[in-house]
Amino acid sequence: MSNARKLADKLPADGQLGNRNILINGAHQISQRHGSSSVTVAAGDHYVVDRFKIQDYSDATFSSQQVTDAPEGFRNSSKITVTGTDTSLGTTQYQRFIQPIEGLNVSHLNYGWSFAQTTTLSFHVKSSLTGTFSVFVFNSAANRSFISTYTISAANTWEKKIITISGDQGGTWLKDTGVGMYLGWSLGTGTNFQTSTLNAWDGSFKMAGSNQVNLAGTNGATWQVAGCQLEVGSQASPFEHESFSVTLAKSQRYYAKFYYGSTASNAGYSNSYGSYFPTPVPMRVTPTASVDTTFAQYPGASQITPTINTNGMSADPGWQTYVRPYHVGVNSSTYLEGTLVTDAEF
Amino acid sequence: MNITSAKYTKDDFNNKNIKATINGEEMFVPIDAEGNRHWEEIQKWVADGNTIDSAD
Repeated sequence: MSNARKLADKLPADGQLGNRNILINGAHQISQRHGSSSVTVAAGDHYVVDRFKIQDYSDATFSSQQVTDAPEGFRNSSKITVTGTDTSLGTTQYQRFIQPIEGLNVSHLNYGWSFAQTTTLSFHVKSSLTGTFSVFVFNSAANRSFISTYTISAANTWEKKIITISGDQGGTWLKDTGVGMYLGWSLGTGTNFQTSTLNAWDGSFKMAGSNQVNLAGTNGATWQVAGCQLEVGSQASPFEHESFSVTLAKSQRYYAKFYYGSTASNAGYSNSYGSYFPTPVPMRVTPTASVDTTFAQYPGASQITPTINTNGMSADPGWQTYVRPYHVGVNSSTYLEGTLVTDAEF
Repeated sequence: MNITSAKYTKDDFNNKNIKATINGEEMFVPIDAEGNRHWEEIQKWVADGNTIDSAD
């Protein structure tokens, strides 16, 4: 094969040449919440790595973890392990692995219009179970959905899957700071959310094909995913690796854990002092804040638990976000330090 | 989301945040923050008959 042919085969046929991956943290590298620790998953939402979460709405329990077992060309994957079974899902029960995508990041797909763009999802998957699994896309109102299936042929073996998703010309798709699109992988879905209509848009909420494997039906079963890329066009180009710092900054728009160190200056209510400090990047919306580690004040190194203000400064996307820990009894010129968490997840 | 307590915090000249215990964790939730899921859940919590305590 000529070099020109090799090059042509790797070039995307549509969309821009750079910054192609609509998914954030597709390499599963950034894990601000748990690092590489295993986390118990019971009912509810649990982020595994940044931007990817498992949602468990069944009677099963799982553990989730960022691991270094990954296909060639990658360092990390997200791993889900069944720790407690649900062998018979109720009609509305499900488990899924999902990334909500901000409307501002998918507005160029022109969903809801006649010129909606086709996209292609590529990913690597590995499971202890073989059989048919599903991927899904749905809108924020959960009244438009697209289901496609993929087959895991060999147990405990990395396989690459490619799925083309036609653009949805109907429905309402947010193009602001709300959820523009949910993209995810079913790990088991009750019959109410199953469909036999595959690779086409449906005016209802579905998450899986009718022959979807129920991962939760087998104790100890595992499912792993890596190298996730969603891009414009009907062709999967090679995974677009980006620097760690770029992916971290993209992730921090939704969740940030960072060191705060500042001299208290602004007087507040009842002689409380603190100082505004910018979050690492402007956040999606004005965030919720919490203290990750107890704060220390200097001189003296005494421990305090501050109260915190957050301030988005403006509703306009992209404006800087500030956080202001303060504490009664802290004097101006006192130095405060600790680790904060700011959360602007969907 | 399991909200077990909520109380206004007083900063500078007005109430700007709510100190809330959500899923067992203490958080500071901004007021009138459109799109902030904790603020939106606190509004539902209040609509269900719960009360945000006044600031000290």
